[in-house]
Parts: sequence; C-alpha cells; structure tokens
Amino acid sequence: MSTSLATAGHGHAEHDDGSMTTVGFWIYLMSDCLIFATLFATFGVLAGATAGGPGGRELFSLPFVLTETMLLLLSSFTFGAGMLGAAAGRRRVLVGWLAVTFLLGLGFIAMEVHEFLELIHDGAGPSRSAFLSAYFGLVGTHGLHVLSGLVWLGVMIHQVLRFGLDGIVRRRLACLSLFWHFLDLIWICVFTFVYLREFTP
Amino acid sequence: MSHDTQAHGGMRSYVSGFILSVALTLASFGAVMSNVVPPGARLALIVTLCVAQLFVQLVYFLHLGSARSQRANTAIFACTTFLIAVVVAGSLWVMHNANVNMMPMPMSVHQAMMHE
Repeated sequence: MSTSLATAGHGHAEHDDGSMTTVGFWIYLMSDCLIFATLFATFGVLAGATAGGPGGRELFSLPFVLTETMLLLLSSFTFGAGMLGAAAGRRRVLVGWLAVTFLLGLGFIAMEVHEFLELIHDGAGPSRSAFLSAYFGLVGTHGLHVLSGLVWLGVMIHQVLRFGLDGIVRRRLACLSLFWHFLDLIWICVFTFVYLREFTP
Repeated sequence: MSHDTQAHGGMRSYVSGFILSVALTLASFGAVMSNVVPPGARLALIVTLCVAQLFVQLVYFLHLGSARSQRANTAIFACTTFLIAVVVAGSLWVMHNANVNMMPMPMSVHQAMMHE
C-alpha cells in the first residue's frame, strides 16, 4: 500500500491511491506531446519558407542555445534531487532544491525572452516569414509551458512550507516532476530540429 | 514506501541520467560546431543523438520501463509515439508533395509582398 493512501486518510476505493492521478496526468502530458508534434510538423513544413528574409543560420547563436540547454538540463537534475528529499521526508532539502530549480528555470526564460526581443528588434519577428512564424509558435509554446511550470513550482514551494509533505502535496509534486522532466524532453527535440538542423548542409 | 523508492530511482539514477544527457548534448553541439564530423553525416548523427537522449531521460528521469507500476504509462507512451510519427511524417510527406506539384506562379516573393 502506498504512503499517499495511508496519509490521505479517506481511502474508500483501491483506485483512489494517487497512482490513477499520475496516470491521468501522464495522459494529459501525452496530449500535450501531440500539440508539440503538430507544431514540429508545421515547423518542418515551413522551415524553408523564409520569404526572402533571414534564415536560421544568420539568426541563431549556438553557444547561446547550448547555455539554455544546460540550464534546463541542470534544472531537471535539481528537481530530481528535490524529489529524493521529498521521498526521504526532508522538507528543507526539498524546498532548497525546488528553489534552485526555480532559479534555473527563470534563467532559461530570461534568456529566451532576451533572444525573442533581439530577433524582433532585428526585424526578424514572427510576421517576417512563415519560417519565423513557425519558429516563434513552436519555441514560444515551449517557453509558455516553462513559465507555467515556474508558477506551479512557486505554488508547490508555498504548499510544502504551509501544509508539509502530506499525501496530497506529494501527489502534486509527482505530477509537477513529470511535467518538468517532460519539458526537458521537448527541448531536446527543439535544439536538435530547430537550432542544430539549421547548421547542417 | 517501496513504491516510492522504486518510483524515484535514487540519486544514482539521476546522476547517471544527468551525466549521459550532458555528454549526448555536448556531442550534438560538437558535431555541428566543429569540423570533426563530415558535413553530410551531421544531420543523421544529431537525430540519432536526439533519440538516444530522449531514451536516456525517459528511463533515468521519468523512470519509464517495464516495471509493473510503470506498465500503463509505458503503453500510453508507445501509443502516443505512434500518433506523433503519423502526424509528423504524414504532414511532411503530404506538404512536400503539394509543394512539388503546385502550379508555377508568375509572381515572385517580392512582388507578392508589394501587393499587401
């Protein structure tokens, strides 16, 4: 029997032990995956449609993207470390790691906003070409997801401090953990197919 | 309790997942940013490294696998992967065909933009 059932207190059915919530959340993530699949397909179709405007090779800086990637990757690791703290019931360790994860995620978003503003400033905004529309649509959607993840992280830090590590908070943390790692998976596809692919012949 | 420790895999799992991911990421960027890999092989290599890193993160961070508690998640994931392949490959195929078979237009891109 899982700990979430024991601490939730009102386990009236064996299906209500939190594992169904995680499966349900996983199904949501997979539907989100399909949204990204259509955005990637759109980008793939429109990648060459630069309408005489600048292409990715002139616009993207690979060292910049590598730094963004490292921030996100590191944040995935720190979140995992936090979840280990949660499993051990160490609240302070968990909150510490969640705070580090938040800062890394915030750094990623700041870099992305900076990149977008620079592109728009250089006349390469989303209205310049179909390629740039697809680029802003895809990368922007990922960025919005990271932003929602940051809000959720802030809420969870508050809940852990306010309510402690009860069954409900643990279950929410498990869902956020899936969400955060999932965003890292999407980013792997983004840096490969959006950024690096532009620099291959 | 055993469920929790199994689901979170332990520090070892996260550290090895992180090291593998960093190595695969650096290999991807290195392949494109340096001249070690011949240009013709770069795209195939970065796609392979991408798929490898997706598997690494699914196993080490998301703990997807054939364990009993993960079976439902893994089955749903396999189904989604199939749908993604249909959506992406189908779109690229259909739109490529549409593009190739489109009637030639007497107007250039610049003329079209002047029309706005």
